[in-house]
Amino acid sequence: MWDFQWTLQILPDLMDGLAVTVQITVLGYLIALVLGLLIAIVRRAPFVGAVLHAAMEFVRTTPLLIQVVFVFLLAPAYISPMTVGIVVIGVHYAAYTAEVYRSGIEGVAKGQWEAARALSLPARRTWGAIVLPQAIRKVIPALGNYLIATFKDTPLLIAIGVGELLTEAQQIGSASFRVVEVYTVVGFLFLLVSIPSAILLRRLERRYAAV
Amino acid sequence: MDFLIQRLPLYLDGAWVTIQLTIGGGALAFVLAMVFGIIGTIRHWLPRAVSTVYVEVFRGIAALVLMFWMAFALPQLSGYQLDDRFAAILALGLNVGAYGAEVVRSSINAVAKAQVEATVALNFSWFQRMRLVVLPQAWAQMLPTFGNLIIELMKATAVVYLIGVTDLTAVAQNMRESTGETVIAFLGAFVLYYLIAHALIFGMRLLERRANRKLGRAVPRGKGLKSLAQSTPVGSGTAGGIS
Repeated sequence: MWDFQWTLQILPDLMDGLAVTVQITVLGYLIALVLGLLIAIVRRAPFVGAVLHAAMEFVRTTPLLIQVVFVFLLAPAYISPMTVGIVVIGVHYAAYTAEVYRSGIEGVAKGQWEAARALSLPARRTWGAIVLPQAIRKVIPALGNYLIATFKDTPLLIAIGVGELLTEAQQIGSASFRVVEVYTVVGFLFLLVSIPSAILLRRLERRYAAV
Repeated sequence: MDFLIQRLPLYLDGAWVTIQLTIGGGALAFVLAMVFGIIGTIRHWLPRAVSTVYVEVFRGIAALVLMFWMAFALPQLSGYQLDDRFAAILALGLNVGAYGAEVVRSSINAVAKAQVEATVALNFSWFQRMRLVVLPQAWAQMLPTFGNLIIELMKATAVVYLIGVTDLTAVAQNMRESTGETVIAFLGAFVLYYLIAHALIFGMRLLERRANRKLGRAVPRGKGLKSLAQSTPVGSGTAGGIS
């Protein structure tokens, strides 16, 4: 039933796919980290904040898949599917990380803001030297959760033909009509990445949650 | 606008499939979460190990990969072809159930020690303790995260169109192909997804209120049903939300 020879043969191609998956994950997640922080800060502004909040709510309550396909269809042809995938994943998860940052910022004690004001620090120093270092430290485990979530959402990009792991697997499967090995190996490769990351995350949690 | 009104029945059919998958997957996920969550709190190592393996394996594999495996690999392996919708519900339920099991486990563990000690003092059996004391309290704690999970599940159903189920996303795709109107065709689906999500959020808030009231905990007073429509945003859950 299970052909090891064949498994070994397809492994290199699948590893290539995994490399693409990891690349998309890392880049998308970086966008989510930076954009999410910006959103969390701008959200505190009166009018723009409310609009931004509604937009984020919309992004969070509709499926990533349909967002990806939609943007892909509207994007000009010279933008590669991979770029579209990275950007949409980044924006989608920014809507989540923004909430995480927000809870961190709100968790900073009021006295810290007052002290910064009493010292008449400029806004940039208040955020950069007082608020964010305290806020971000507390939410590192929660942010880490979304790295794993991003990783597990990259297979969606099969819908727009990015050559990530699942796309690679499907191509091998349809060319050979032997799908058991292919999809099983894909499952194992996912575990190979996500279980160690979950363990790493638990360590991070122990390290930062106690602060 | 005429475009959407004319084709509304088709969108509603798609939305109905999405809702069915959400309910089916949610029901399966709930049962699995309860079973594996509860056996994850038993002191003996064997049930705990079973629970951990289930959680780590099905949380670690993307729902879409699981779905592909059930729709394409399983028929070759076993000779039986699952109905596409059933394969989708199975994959989503197993995946979300693993997240849920973690929530159940940690909520049960978070019930105050004294409560458990009291049941021991009263000579309750394990079943009595769970049913009468621990679960009702843990339940109130689980519900907010379950709310986030059911939204995640609903959103995850969109992938079923990749294995050939005609859900809301598939309808939007078909509309676009037959009319060439990308923006409007997708707009209809986006709006329906948004509405379904908010109906789910509303329902979960009602459940939360009821759970808290049953425990005699103060429900935020005053604004009645209207207050349910606001309060905390989706996905603002703490650890265990998704990941």
